Amino acid sequence: MKGNLYVYILVMAVVTYFIRVLPLTLIRKPIKNRFIRSFLYYVPYVTLSVMTFPGILSATSSVYSGAAGLLAALILAFFGASLFKVAVGACGIVFLLELFLV
Amino acid sequence: MEINRRAWYIRGVRDGIPIALGYLAVSFTLGIAAGNMGMASFPAALMSLTNVTSAGEFAALGLISAGAAYMEVAGTQLIINLRYCLMSCALSQKLPRKMPFYHRLLMAYGITDEIFGIAIGSGKVVDPFYLYGAISVAVPGWTFGTWLGVASGNILPGRVLSALNVALYGMFIAVIVPPARKEKIVAGMIGASMAASFLFSHLPLIGGLSSGMRIILLTVVIAGAGAVLFPVHEEEEKEEEKEVQG
Repeated sequence: MKGNLYVYILVMAVVTYFIRVLPLTLIRKPIKNRFIRSFLYYVPYVTLSVMTFPGILSATSSVYSGAAGLLAALILAFFGASLFKVAVGACGIVFLLELFLV
Repeated sequence: MEINRRAWYIRGVRDGIPIALGYLAVSFTLGIAAGNMGMASFPAALMSLTNVTSAGEFAALGLISAGAAYMEVAGTQLIINLRYCLMSCALSQKLPRKMPFYHRLLMAYGITDEIFGIAIGSGKVVDPFYLYGAISVAVPGWTFGTWLGVASGNILPGRVLSALNVALYGMFIAVIVPPARKEKIVAGMIGASMAASFLFSHLPLIGGLSSGMRIILLTVVIAGAGAVLFPVHEEEEKEEEKEVQG
Protein backbone atom coordinates (compact mmCIF):
# COMPACT_ATOMS: atom_id res chain seq x y z
CA MET A 1 0.00 0.00 0.00
CA LYS A 2 1.59 3.25 -1.13
CA GLY A 3 -1.13 5.87 -0.73
CA ASN A 4 -3.13 6.67 2.37
CA LEU A 5 -5.86 4.11 2.89
CA TYR A 6 -8.39 6.72 4.02
CA VAL A 7 -7.75 8.86 0.96
CA TYR A 8 -8.45 5.83 -1.21
CA ILE A 9 -11.71 5.25 0.60
CA LEU A 10 -12.69 8.91 0.30
CA VAL A 11 -11.93 8.99 -3.44
CA MET A 12 -14.02 5.86 -4.01
CA ALA A 13 -16.91 7.15 -1.94
CA VAL A 14 -17.00 10.52 -3.69
CA VAL A 15 -16.90 9.03 -7.20
CA THR A 16 -19.59 6.47 -6.37
CA TYR A 17 -21.87 9.03 -4.74
CA PHE A 18 -21.62 11.38 -7.71
CA ILE A 19 -22.59 8.61 -10.11
CA ARG A 20 -25.69 7.99 -8.02
CA VAL A 21 -26.69 11.54 -7.22
CA LEU A 22 -26.15 13.37 -10.53
CA PRO A 23 -29.03 11.82 -12.50
CA LEU A 24 -31.36 12.20 -9.52
CA THR A 25 -30.62 15.89 -9.10
CA LEU A 26 -30.30 16.79 -12.80
CA ILE A 27 -33.42 14.99 -14.04
CA ARG A 28 -36.18 16.53 -11.97
CA LYS A 29 -39.03 16.62 -14.43
CA PRO A 30 -40.88 13.82 -16.18
CA ILE A 31 -39.13 13.16 -19.49
CA LYS A 32 -41.43 13.81 -22.46
CA ASN A 33 -39.39 12.14 -25.18
CA ARG A 34 -41.05 8.84 -25.98
CA PHE A 35 -37.84 7.02 -26.86
CA ILE A 36 -36.10 7.99 -23.62
CA ARG A 37 -39.23 7.20 -21.61
CA SER A 38 -39.42 3.76 -23.17
CA PHE A 39 -35.69 3.23 -22.73
CA LEU A 40 -35.82 4.07 -19.03
CA TYR A 41 -38.92 1.92 -18.62
CA TYR A 42 -36.99 -1.13 -19.88
CA VAL A 43 -33.69 -0.37 -18.10
CA PRO A 44 -34.55 -2.01 -14.76
CA TYR A 45 -35.71 -5.27 -16.31
CA VAL A 46 -32.72 -5.56 -18.60
CA THR A 47 -30.19 -4.63 -15.91
CA LEU A 48 -31.61 -6.98 -13.30
CA SER A 49 -31.82 -9.84 -15.84
CA VAL A 50 -28.25 -9.34 -16.96
CA MET A 51 -27.05 -9.30 -13.37
CA THR A 52 -29.01 -12.43 -12.44
CA PHE A 53 -28.01 -14.66 -15.29
CA PRO A 54 -25.57 -16.33 -15.55
CA GLY A 55 -24.22 -14.81 -12.30
CA ILE A 56 -26.47 -16.95 -10.11
CA LEU A 57 -24.92 -20.13 -11.52
CA SER A 58 -21.52 -19.27 -10.08
CA ALA A 59 -22.76 -17.72 -6.83
CA THR A 60 -23.04 -21.03 -4.99
CA SER A 61 -20.68 -23.96 -4.41
CA SER A 62 -22.11 -25.89 -7.36
CA VAL A 63 -23.62 -24.92 -10.72
CA TYR A 64 -26.50 -27.32 -10.06
CA SER A 65 -27.49 -25.80 -6.75
CA GLY A 66 -27.31 -22.35 -8.37
CA ALA A 67 -29.57 -23.53 -11.19
CA ALA A 68 -31.98 -25.07 -8.68
CA GLY A 69 -32.04 -21.81 -6.73
CA LEU A 70 -32.83 -19.94 -9.95
CA LEU A 71 -35.64 -22.34 -10.83
CA ALA A 72 -37.09 -22.20 -7.33
CA ALA A 73 -37.06 -18.39 -7.40
CA LEU A 74 -38.71 -18.29 -10.85
CA ILE A 75 -41.50 -20.64 -9.76
CA LEU A 76 -42.11 -18.87 -6.45
CA ALA A 77 -42.14 -15.45 -8.11
CA PHE A 78 -44.42 -16.69 -10.87
CA PHE A 79 -47.00 -17.73 -8.31
CA GLY A 80 -46.80 -14.34 -6.66
CA ALA A 81 -44.66 -15.05 -3.58
CA SER A 82 -43.33 -11.98 -1.78
CA LEU A 83 -39.77 -10.74 -2.11
CA PHE A 84 -38.83 -12.30 1.19
CA LYS A 85 -40.37 -15.68 0.40
CA VAL A 86 -38.68 -15.87 -2.99
CA ALA A 87 -35.28 -15.02 -1.50
CA VAL A 88 -35.61 -17.42 1.43
CA GLY A 89 -37.04 -20.17 -0.78
CA ALA A 90 -34.11 -19.94 -3.17
CA CYS A 91 -31.63 -20.00 -0.27
CA GLY A 92 -33.42 -23.00 1.30
CA ILE A 93 -33.29 -25.06 -1.90
CA VAL A 94 -29.59 -24.31 -2.35
CA PHE A 95 -28.83 -25.23 1.25
CA LEU A 96 -30.75 -28.52 1.08
CA LEU A 97 -29.33 -29.52 -2.28
CA GLU A 98 -25.76 -28.79 -1.23
CA LEU A 99 -26.10 -31.18 1.69
CA PHE A 100 -26.03 -33.87 -0.99
CA LEU A 101 -23.98 -32.23 -3.72
CA VAL A 102 -21.01 -30.73 -1.93
CA MET B 1 -48.96 12.04 5.42
CA GLU B 2 -47.10 11.03 8.57
CA ILE B 3 -48.84 7.68 8.69
CA ASN B 4 -48.06 7.16 5.04
CA ARG B 5 -44.39 7.81 5.64
CA ARG B 6 -44.30 5.35 8.48
CA ALA B 7 -46.07 2.69 6.49
CA TRP B 8 -43.61 3.10 3.62
CA TYR B 9 -40.66 3.04 5.99
CA ILE B 10 -41.86 -0.18 7.61
CA ARG B 11 -42.46 -1.76 4.23
CA GLY B 12 -38.93 -0.78 3.24
CA VAL B 13 -37.50 -2.36 6.38
CA ARG B 14 -39.46 -5.54 5.70
CA ASP B 15 -38.23 -5.82 2.11
CA GLY B 16 -34.74 -4.79 3.21
CA ILE B 17 -34.31 -7.77 5.56
CA PRO B 18 -33.59 -10.35 2.84
CA ILE B 19 -31.21 -7.82 1.27
CA ALA B 20 -29.41 -7.43 4.59
CA LEU B 21 -29.04 -11.21 4.88
CA GLY B 22 -27.69 -11.50 1.36
CA TYR B 23 -25.36 -8.57 1.99
CA LEU B 24 -24.10 -10.19 5.17
CA ALA B 25 -22.93 -13.18 3.16
CA VAL B 26 -21.36 -11.17 0.35
CA SER B 27 -19.71 -8.56 2.56
CA PHE B 28 -18.41 -11.30 4.81
CA THR B 29 -16.37 -12.66 1.89
CA LEU B 30 -15.37 -9.08 1.07
CA GLY B 31 -14.15 -8.70 4.65
CA ILE B 32 -12.12 -11.90 4.40
CA ALA B 33 -10.50 -10.58 1.21
CA ALA B 34 -9.79 -7.23 2.89
CA GLY B 35 -8.24 -9.01 5.87
CA ASN B 36 -6.06 -11.08 3.56
CA MET B 37 -4.56 -7.95 2.03
CA GLY B 38 -3.79 -6.57 5.45
CA MET B 39 -6.65 -4.13 5.91
CA ALA B 40 -7.86 -3.69 9.48
CA SER B 41 -11.52 -4.15 10.38
CA PHE B 42 -12.25 -0.44 10.96
CA PRO B 43 -11.17 0.95 7.57
CA ALA B 44 -12.75 -2.06 5.84
CA ALA B 45 -16.08 -1.38 7.56
CA LEU B 46 -15.73 2.35 6.80
CA MET B 47 -15.16 1.56 3.14
CA SER B 48 -18.36 -0.50 3.07
CA LEU B 49 -20.37 2.12 4.94
CA THR B 50 -19.30 4.92 2.62
CA ASN B 51 -19.36 3.04 -0.69
CA VAL B 52 -22.00 0.30 -0.45
CA THR B 53 -20.93 -1.33 -3.70
CA SER B 54 -19.76 -4.93 -3.88
CA ALA B 55 -18.01 -5.08 -7.25
CA GLY B 56 -16.44 -1.65 -6.74
CA GLU B 57 -15.05 -2.55 -3.34
CA PHE B 58 -13.70 -5.90 -4.46
CA ALA B 59 -11.92 -4.21 -7.36
CA ALA B 60 -10.58 -1.47 -5.09
CA LEU B 61 -9.01 -4.00 -2.72
CA GLY B 62 -6.80 -5.30 -5.51
CA LEU B 63 -5.88 -1.79 -6.66
CA ILE B 64 -5.12 -0.51 -3.16
CA SER B 65 -2.93 -3.45 -2.27
CA ALA B 66 -1.06 -2.94 -5.55
CA GLY B 67 -0.49 0.71 -4.59
CA ALA B 68 -2.45 2.14 -7.52
CA ALA B 69 -2.71 5.89 -8.12
CA TYR B 70 -5.77 7.67 -6.68
CA MET B 71 -6.88 8.57 -10.20
CA GLU B 72 -6.72 4.95 -11.23
CA VAL B 73 -8.95 3.96 -8.34
CA ALA B 74 -11.36 6.78 -9.22
CA GLY B 75 -11.51 5.70 -12.86
CA THR B 76 -12.12 2.07 -11.98
CA GLN B 77 -14.95 3.00 -9.62
CA LEU B 78 -16.45 5.19 -12.32
CA ILE B 79 -16.55 2.35 -14.83
CA ILE B 80 -17.63 -0.42 -12.47
CA ASN B 81 -20.33 1.68 -10.81
CA LEU B 82 -21.61 3.48 -13.89
CA ARG B 83 -24.65 1.21 -13.91
CA TYR B 84 -25.92 3.15 -10.87
CA CYS B 85 -26.17 6.14 -13.18
CA LEU B 86 -28.64 4.30 -15.39
CA MET B 87 -30.54 3.16 -12.31
CA SER B 88 -30.72 6.70 -10.98
CA CYS B 89 -32.00 7.93 -14.35
CA ALA B 90 -34.75 5.32 -14.27
CA LEU B 91 -35.53 6.07 -10.63
CA SER B 92 -35.75 9.81 -11.33
CA GLN B 93 -38.89 9.11 -13.37
CA LYS B 94 -40.62 7.24 -10.57
CA LEU B 95 -40.31 9.73 -7.73
CA PRO B 96 -43.30 11.58 -6.25
CA ARG B 97 -44.05 14.87 -8.04
CA LYS B 98 -43.95 17.11 -5.00
CA MET B 99 -40.98 15.78 -3.12
CA PRO B 100 -38.55 18.10 -1.31
CA PHE B 101 -35.18 18.29 -3.06
CA TYR B 102 -33.08 16.99 -0.16
CA HIS B 103 -34.64 13.55 -0.50
CA ARG B 104 -32.81 13.18 -3.81
CA LEU B 105 -29.49 13.86 -2.10
CA LEU B 106 -30.23 11.41 0.70
CA MET B 107 -31.63 8.53 -1.30
CA ALA B 108 -28.76 8.66 -3.80
CA TYR B 109 -26.45 7.28 -1.10
CA GLY B 110 -28.28 3.98 -0.96
CA ILE B 111 -28.89 3.16 -4.61
CA THR B 112 -27.48 -0.33 -4.99
CA ASP B 113 -28.47 -3.06 -7.41
CA GLU B 114 -30.72 -4.67 -4.83
CA ILE B 115 -32.29 -1.56 -3.32
CA PHE B 116 -32.96 -0.22 -6.80
CA GLY B 117 -34.52 -3.58 -7.64
CA ILE B 118 -37.00 -3.59 -4.79
CA ALA B 119 -37.71 0.12 -5.28
CA ILE B 120 -38.81 -0.54 -8.87
CA GLY B 121 -40.91 -3.43 -7.58
CA SER B 122 -42.54 -1.34 -4.85
CA GLY B 123 -45.00 0.46 -7.12
CA LYS B 124 -45.44 3.00 -9.90
CA VAL B 125 -44.19 5.75 -7.60
CA VAL B 126 -41.23 5.15 -5.34
CA ASP B 127 -41.57 6.77 -1.92
CA PRO B 128 -38.30 8.03 -0.40
CA PHE B 129 -39.26 6.55 2.95
CA TYR B 130 -39.51 3.12 1.41
CA LEU B 131 -35.88 3.53 0.31
CA TYR B 132 -34.85 4.80 3.76
CA GLY B 133 -36.45 1.77 5.38
CA ALA B 134 -34.58 -0.62 3.11
CA ILE B 135 -31.31 1.31 3.44
CA SER B 136 -31.55 1.37 7.23
CA VAL B 137 -31.34 -2.43 7.45
CA ALA B 138 -29.35 -3.26 4.30
CA VAL B 139 -26.41 -0.90 4.88
CA PRO B 140 -25.78 -2.03 8.48
CA GLY B 141 -25.85 -5.62 7.19
CA TRP B 142 -23.30 -4.71 4.52
CA THR B 143 -21.05 -2.82 6.94
CA PHE B 144 -21.28 -5.30 9.80
CA GLY B 145 -20.62 -8.23 7.46
CA THR B 146 -17.45 -6.58 6.18
CA TRP B 147 -16.25 -5.90 9.70
CA LEU B 148 -17.03 -9.46 10.76
CA GLY B 149 -15.21 -10.88 7.76
CA VAL B 150 -11.99 -9.11 8.73
CA ALA B 151 -12.37 -9.67 12.47
CA SER B 152 -13.27 -13.34 12.45
CA GLY B 153 -12.30 -15.26 9.32
CA ASN B 154 -14.67 -18.23 9.46
CA ILE B 155 -17.54 -17.74 11.86
CA LEU B 156 -20.23 -18.69 9.32
CA PRO B 157 -19.95 -22.15 7.76
CA GLY B 158 -19.34 -22.23 4.00
CA ARG B 159 -22.66 -23.96 3.41
CA VAL B 160 -24.62 -21.11 4.91
CA LEU B 161 -22.64 -18.50 2.96
CA SER B 162 -23.17 -20.39 -0.27
CA ALA B 163 -26.93 -20.57 0.30
CA LEU B 164 -27.22 -16.92 1.35
CA ASN B 165 -25.46 -15.85 -1.84
CA VAL B 166 -28.56 -16.60 -3.91
CA ALA B 167 -30.77 -14.38 -1.73
CA LEU B 168 -29.86 -11.31 -3.78
CA TYR B 169 -30.54 -13.05 -7.09
CA GLY B 170 -33.81 -14.36 -5.69
CA MET B 171 -34.89 -10.80 -5.07
CA PHE B 172 -34.01 -9.69 -8.60
CA ILE B 173 -36.21 -12.50 -9.88
CA ALA B 174 -39.03 -11.57 -7.50
CA VAL B 175 -38.92 -8.05 -8.97
CA ILE B 176 -38.82 -8.90 -12.68
CA VAL B 177 -41.18 -11.89 -12.89
CA PRO B 178 -44.54 -10.33 -11.86
CA PRO B 179 -44.44 -7.58 -14.55
CA ALA B 180 -43.25 -10.19 -17.06
CA ARG B 181 -46.44 -12.16 -16.41
CA LYS B 182 -48.55 -9.14 -17.30
CA GLU B 183 -46.57 -7.87 -20.28
CA LYS B 184 -45.25 -10.16 -22.96
CA ILE B 185 -42.77 -7.55 -24.16
CA VAL B 186 -41.17 -7.32 -20.72
CA ALA B 187 -40.97 -11.12 -20.59
CA GLY B 188 -39.29 -11.14 -23.99
CA MET B 189 -36.83 -8.46 -22.94
CA ILE B 190 -35.91 -10.46 -19.86
CA GLY B 191 -35.33 -13.61 -21.91
CA ALA B 192 -33.26 -11.75 -24.48
CA SER B 193 -31.23 -10.03 -21.75
CA MET B 194 -30.39 -13.28 -19.99
CA ALA B 195 -29.47 -15.00 -23.24
CA ALA B 196 -27.26 -12.10 -24.31
CA SER B 197 -25.65 -11.93 -20.89
CA PHE B 198 -24.89 -15.65 -21.04
CA LEU B 199 -23.32 -15.28 -24.48
CA PHE B 200 -21.32 -12.24 -23.42
CA SER B 201 -19.80 -14.02 -20.47
CA HIS B 202 -18.73 -17.01 -22.57
CA LEU B 203 -17.70 -15.60 -25.94
CA PRO B 204 -14.00 -15.07 -26.60
CA LEU B 205 -12.79 -11.45 -26.36
CA ILE B 206 -16.09 -10.01 -25.08
CA GLY B 207 -15.96 -12.54 -22.24
CA GLY B 208 -13.01 -10.60 -20.87
CA LEU B 209 -15.11 -7.49 -20.20
CA SER B 210 -15.57 -6.59 -16.56
CA SER B 211 -19.01 -7.42 -15.23
CA GLY B 212 -19.75 -3.71 -14.76
CA MET B 213 -19.00 -2.97 -18.41
CA ARG B 214 -21.03 -5.95 -19.53
CA ILE B 215 -24.05 -4.74 -17.57
CA ILE B 216 -23.85 -1.21 -18.99
CA LEU B 217 -23.26 -2.32 -22.56
CA LEU B 218 -26.09 -4.85 -22.60
CA THR B 219 -28.49 -2.52 -20.80
CA VAL B 220 -27.93 0.32 -23.25
CA VAL B 221 -28.15 -1.91 -26.33
CA ILE B 222 -31.11 -4.07 -25.28
CA ALA B 223 -33.20 -1.39 -23.57
CA GLY B 224 -32.40 0.92 -26.52
CA ALA B 225 -33.54 -1.71 -29.02
CA GLY B 226 -36.66 -2.30 -26.94
CA ALA B 227 -37.44 1.42 -26.93
CA VAL B 228 -37.14 1.57 -30.73
CA LEU B 229 -39.09 -1.63 -31.46
CA PHE B 230 -41.70 -1.46 -28.70
CA PRO B 231 -42.12 2.13 -27.53
CA VAL B 232 -44.25 2.39 -24.40
CA HIS B 233 -47.82 3.23 -25.38
CA GLU B 234 -49.38 6.55 -24.55
CA GLU B 235 -52.35 4.79 -22.90
CA GLU B 236 -50.05 2.97 -20.51
CA GLU B 237 -48.47 6.25 -19.57
CA LYS B 238 -51.83 7.82 -18.97
CA GLU B 239 -52.88 4.86 -16.87
CA GLU B 240 -49.67 5.27 -14.96
CA GLU B 241 -50.50 8.91 -14.29
CA LYS B 242 -53.99 8.01 -13.10
CA GLU B 243 -52.52 5.59 -10.62
CA VAL B 244 -50.05 8.20 -9.50
CA GLN B 245 -52.82 10.62 -8.70
CA GLY B 246 -55.17 8.02 -7.27
